[in-house]
Amino acid sequence: MSLNELTIKKAHDGLRAKKFSAEELTADCLARAKERNKKINAFISFTEDEAMSSAKMADVLIKKNKAGILSGIPFGVKDAICTESLRSTGAAKILDNYSAAYEATIIKKIRDMGGVIIGKNNCDAFGHGASNENSMYGPVRNPADENRVAGGSSGGSAAAVADNECIYSIAEDTGGSIRQPASFCGVSGLRPSYGRNSRFGIMPMASSLDTVGPIAKTVEDVALIMETIAGRDFKDATTVNEPVPKYSEIIGQSVKGMKIGVPKEYFDADGIDGEVSAMTEAGIDKLKRLGCKIVPVSLPHTKYAIAVYYIIVPSEDSSNLARLDGVRYGVRAKTDNLFDLYAESRSTGFPEEVKRRILIGTYALSAGYYDAYYRKAQSVRTLIKKDFDDVFKKVDALVTPTSPYPAFGIGEKINDPLTMYLSDVMVSPAAVAGMPALSVPSGKTKAGLPVGIQFIGARMDEESILRLGHHFENN
Amino acid sequence: MPITIAEIRKIATLARVKLTLDEERRYAETISAVLDYMKILNEVDTAKVEPTAQVTGLENVYRDDVPVKAPNKEALVFAMPAVMGNELKVPGVFAADEYSL
Repeated sequence: MSLNELTIKKAHDGLRAKKFSAEELTADCLARAKERNKKINAFISFTEDEAMSSAKMADVLIKKNKAGILSGIPFGVKDAICTESLRSTGAAKILDNYSAAYEATIIKKIRDMGGVIIGKNNCDAFGHGASNENSMYGPVRNPADENRVAGGSSGGSAAAVADNECIYSIAEDTGGSIRQPASFCGVSGLRPSYGRNSRFGIMPMASSLDTVGPIAKTVEDVALIMETIAGRDFKDATTVNEPVPKYSEIIGQSVKGMKIGVPKEYFDADGIDGEVSAMTEAGIDKLKRLGCKIVPVSLPHTKYAIAVYYIIVPSEDSSNLARLDGVRYGVRAKTDNLFDLYAESRSTGFPEEVKRRILIGTYALSAGYYDAYYRKAQSVRTLIKKDFDDVFKKVDALVTPTSPYPAFGIGEKINDPLTMYLSDVMVSPAAVAGMPALSVPSGKTKAGLPVGIQFIGARMDEESILRLGHHFENN
Repeated sequence: MPITIAEIRKIATLARVKLTLDEERRYAETISAVLDYMKILNEVDTAKVEPTAQVTGLENVYRDDVPVKAPNKEALVFAMPAVMGNELKVPGVFAADEYSL
């Protein structure tokens, strides 16, 4: 096995046993990533110098027996996350030349222990998309079928991990952006509970829904990353003051007797691809064999989640993206007129989908429309959240497909924004309510396309869904 | 009710975005379709429901008022698109009429 094909666990064991060095592991990943980038386009920038110097530092830590679990492990970072002194574009031309002046808290935690960033992963610009076709640096192709999308917005992260270009990636999920591409590419991805992980340094989209989390090859790797990065941060006042469990030690606990809810609203036959349906049913059977009790449940406000999501997100987004104006950093349009400076920098620096959401958000928040749209959506949000809170009095976790269909063709949905938005139907509700959710591979279609199954947990209960995911994956 | 080109122009000005005529037409169409879809929320009776601004329920999170490490000046100046010495250059703010709709 080539070193780039290892998991975090295996790589860590190999490094500690001195079977190979962090430098060798990093060199293998970089070589693979660079060779594949013309085809897959999972990386916008490579950070070779940074990677090799981190690897050297990690090798010193390993030699001194001071290595942490992520020391010396090459990883990718979604380009919508700030990495200090490294190019951070958000996949939009307005930040084409931006070298981040500060570091995301989560990235700092990993870099401080000798984690090795090999590059910045391609994504939909500022997280806007479900296919990674809204990147201004070209679409990401699915390693399982290069004519198909990798999913979005963290398509580059998922594709890079699936393609063994890096061992894991740190990505971001506002309304499915970790889970959907993970399911399209055949890897695991966790959206943590809102407030579990620090958002400091994450280029913000919707501040009340954004989360940052791992995409990795196994659920165990996801757990190992989470126990390193999670926790309260004084730079992010929305992080919750709760201790971080040792997830990797908990995932082995038996899932026998766990009550798993199957919400009927996620299983409407008309909307779901037949093979996805079959694989999800097979997945539920597997849970039964593992000793879980399957409980039919209902989340009655599920059908409103997309509308709620696509009002709240563009609204908060339009506010967050106002900072990108060509004034203090990034690419500035050449003009002496102040209004044109803003308008031209933004118009040429943002792709169409970003502009569309800014316009929708500006409209929804404007005088005369605020109550009808934004306030209304926030009220329905309360009801969606209550559906989840109520159902978690009866069950320990929920199981659903991650996406109604596997990866679609590049270009297939890009001209119809509403159709693209509807592809988030299974991942938005948990996001709106702030629940943790894990996508794990559940199989492949006859055409070889990966399909994912989603476990949704109660707020701050990543343990239950990681346990389920780990047992599901290993049986 | 579909959104008009005039409304798109007004929002674009508020959002500091410049659109071509073709874009104005395209956005009017696609945004109208999206806003039309949002009508589904009118099915829900929210008269007695409190809006949720954020899900954690946290309020008044404090930290001690002590200085902490800030991004260094060199990095910030390096990122500036137009610089004179250590200062950011911008066009004049107080010029006539550019904000009228």
